[in-house]
Amino acid sequence: MKINDVILQTITKVVVFIILTFGVELFFAGHNSPGGGFIGGLVLSSAFVLLFLVHDIETVQQGIPVDFKKVAATGVLFAVGTGVFAVLFGSAFLTQTFLTVNLPVYGETELATVLLFELGVALTVVGTVVTIILSISEDV
Amino acid sequence: MFTITMAIFIPFLAAIFVPFIYKWKPRAIGWFVLIFPLLLFIGLARLIPAVAKGDTISHTFQWIPSADIHFTTYLDGLSLIFGLLITGVGSLVILYSIYYLSSRESLGHFYVYLLLFMGAMLGVVFSDNMMVLYVFWELTSISSFLLIAFWYHRKQSRYGAQKSMLITVSGGIAMLAGFIMLYAMTGSFSIRENIAAVSQITDHVLFIPAMILVLLGAFTKSAQFPFHIWLPDAMEAPTPVSAYLHSATMVKAGIYLVARFTGVFGGDAVWFYVVSSVGIFTLFWGSFNAVRQTDLKALLAYSTISQLGLVMSLFGLGSAALYEGYSGSSVVYAQATFAALFHLLNHSTFKGALFMVVGIVDLNVGTRDVRRLGGLMAFMPVTFTIALIGSFSMAGLPPFNGFLSKEMFFESMIAVRQLEFFSIGSWGTLFPVLAWIGSVFTFVYSMIIVFQTFFGPHQPERLDRKAHEAPAGMLVAPSILGLLVVAIFFFPNVVNDYLLRPAMAAVYPSLSGIGEAMPKIEAWHGPNIALWMTVGVIVVGILLYVSFKYWRSMYKVEPLRWSLDSVYNGSLTMLEKGSTLLTNRYMTGYLRHYLIYIFGFFLLAVAGTMTLVGGVSFDFSNDSPIEANEYILVSVMMITGILMIFISSRVTVILLNGVLGYSIALFFVIFRAPDLALTQIVIETVTTALFLLCFYFLPEMKKEKPARSSKVVNGIIAISAGVIVTVLGLAVQGNKMFDSIASYFENAYELTGGKNIVNTILGDFRAFDTMLEVVVLFIAGLGVYTLVKLKPRKEERDLED
Repeated sequence: MKINDVILQTITKVVVFIILTFGVELFFAGHNSPGGGFIGGLVLSSAFVLLFLVHDIETVQQGIPVDFKKVAATGVLFAVGTGVFAVLFGSAFLTQTFLTVNLPVYGETELATVLLFELGVALTVVGTVVTIILSISEDV
Repeated sequence: MFTITMAIFIPFLAAIFVPFIYKWKPRAIGWFVLIFPLLLFIGLARLIPAVAKGDTISHTFQWIPSADIHFTTYLDGLSLIFGLLITGVGSLVILYSIYYLSSRESLGHFYVYLLLFMGAMLGVVFSDNMMVLYVFWELTSISSFLLIAFWYHRKQSRYGAQKSMLITVSGGIAMLAGFIMLYAMTGSFSIRENIAAVSQITDHVLFIPAMILVLLGAFTKSAQFPFHIWLPDAMEAPTPVSAYLHSATMVKAGIYLVARFTGVFGGDAVWFYVVSSVGIFTLFWGSFNAVRQTDLKALLAYSTISQLGLVMSLFGLGSAALYEGYSGSSVVYAQATFAALFHLLNHSTFKGALFMVVGIVDLNVGTRDVRRLGGLMAFMPVTFTIALIGSFSMAGLPPFNGFLSKEMFFESMIAVRQLEFFSIGSWGTLFPVLAWIGSVFTFVYSMIIVFQTFFGPHQPERLDRKAHEAPAGMLVAPSILGLLVVAIFFFPNVVNDYLLRPAMAAVYPSLSGIGEAMPKIEAWHGPNIALWMTVGVIVVGILLYVSFKYWRSMYKVEPLRWSLDSVYNGSLTMLEKGSTLLTNRYMTGYLRHYLIYIFGFFLLAVAGTMTLVGGVSFDFSNDSPIEANEYILVSVMMITGILMIFISSRVTVILLNGVLGYSIALFFVIFRAPDLALTQIVIETVTTALFLLCFYFLPEMKKEKPARSSKVVNGIIAISAGVIVTVLGLAVQGNKMFDSIASYFENAYELTGGKNIVNTILGDFRAFDTMLEVVVLFIAGLGVYTLVKLKPRKEERDLED
């Protein structure tokens, strides 16, 4: 039986970008509003899962030739690395700091090192979730 | 700025770059790695004058202050000697390994492991905090495991690696328990603070247990009897590794520990007896067994065991100096420690050289069996010279450094007889006797190395390859060690002034000026007993060597053939069988059984605690009223939950499970937790997809017809688990055991710059938790990946079994 999923595929093309944008938005909003690395990462990975469900794995991997294991590893490196970085500056492990600057377009913007930490969290979540789903689905 | 803390981390950082460099220039990797120990050696060597003046360098950064675990590095004379050994011998070994290992080997792995080890070992000797020391201690065991199993396709390598790991790690755990006991007594993990507080704890109940546990760690690591059995099997490692880890550095970690803790436990009779008698017996047993070995590396392994025993026994005797403060007699006993430190250094030079020589012979002719070797002197003159220097030094002959420390060893052993405390009595005579017998055997096996390998008839037909001299680069490292052996003999007091005296002060922090009280090391000190003992060793040793083939059969006598190896193997097999039996008993393969275990344990633990603690009280007075929509949500969830039991289609069950999850998300919305609601919704979506994916591969669900009784039991467990959770939830709501920690987060915005308090907790206040969660998540992902993807295919296995 051949499943006809033209409607799903067409909608996905648009929706995936909305989800991805939402994920990025959640990620950046994290420090002041609901969101953050974990949720952002989960939303991003749900977008990938949707892609994998709608298209087959080969097609998606041609479009996004990324090894998600490496994405996860990079994430862990970021999360642990920010902690070590704080030690190099003489603070305790994982000390985070922040800075408020005035950027031309955005106005008053807060730059926090916790963003790097959260980036690590997000990358690990994306990498791990996609790796798990891919390895199970490829195992036939 | 070069700091000791940096010295520990430089090898680890270098290890990160090794794989990249290896990909880029696989041939240059050895030279790249060589830079780091060399730089570290130079950096440490520059500190020698300062330390010789009596300075110590200490640096602390707070690691886990709440648990009194600080990353404190501490450099004094003792750790400096070890630091120089680790980096110095490390440089030479890496230089040697560049020529020893062919470029076909996986050099990337090799150098990563080696650098890991180097960093860990530096961590052991430079850490003042016992917990940090323990972490590095186990890390040396792990890197040693990886290096022994470097040729992991060989069964013997895997066996040796496992054996060394099991023995040293169990010892390490005992040591950890000892450290925790010390903490319980003194309230500090700092070794220096423990030494300072020692007078208050000597009568404590835990003092002796702590001492024994710490010693277990030291003895397993330093291959002392009866834990020595792992060292001969560790010789399966590539020879540079044996030279580095299993003779010069790692096995000396136990000795370092004993030296370091002499300040804590030193004045006690138990410490004195255990350390010195285990050491002296190990010396005897190791040398006695070395003589019967035919494999040169096995011979060197037993010889290392015996030499470690020698150093250990000297530290044991030296601890007597702490018995009655600073006095004339304490100087006499402290000389044992002085000899120990000196011999430690000398042993690293001559044994390192010997290991490298054996590696050269093995590589060139394809065997290390003394029965097949012989007459190599003409083919390998340089190698022969180094072997001669190393062996004669080991045998205690002049003009090599081994002679000096051997003489000092004999003198200390004789001094034991004059010991008036610890009720030693006539037992003291046993020490010089065992020492002398051990030295005779040492002499015999040293001669075996030289004469059976390089003299006698050459047997080319029994060798795999034609004998020839090694390339010049390979000879550099052993030649440097050989030169040191001779140089130390002629200029011992340079070593004495710059290294040994400051180290003495470090071993005996309570005896000020003990380093200066040590005599100058003299090659000739008149015809005293020690010298006659050496002459006796030479005479009897030569006789025994010449008549070796007549008394060789002695090793076949029954009690001498008993080996501790069979004890180890037997207990390992029994352990495996026992655990298989036990595991098969409860691992039935039925998911419902496992659920029964989990919930059964939960019920037992939680309900048991509740009844023990004395009932549960409820207090609903502060609760807000329950709204209508909340009633609706709860009833939806209840109906869904009950429905799930009766549905036989998997997909429907998954979807109903999703209903439960989304309802919880709605609750989060109602209770104004948008972060949680968001997370819950996305998680629910992703897991539903994951479930569907997994269940796609499963067959149709079949209705099972379990017996009525098991149905009833399962029902009871299920319902009571639910009841317990509900009761727990209600009880928690009404009771407060601790003050609220909310005030801690009140000025979150000022501290972190974030307005979302949930995320400031996750990322700023409790970042450690989050970081570890991330790591756990990653490991879980890798676990799934490896389980699914890397199933061993039968035809691809090329391992020996």
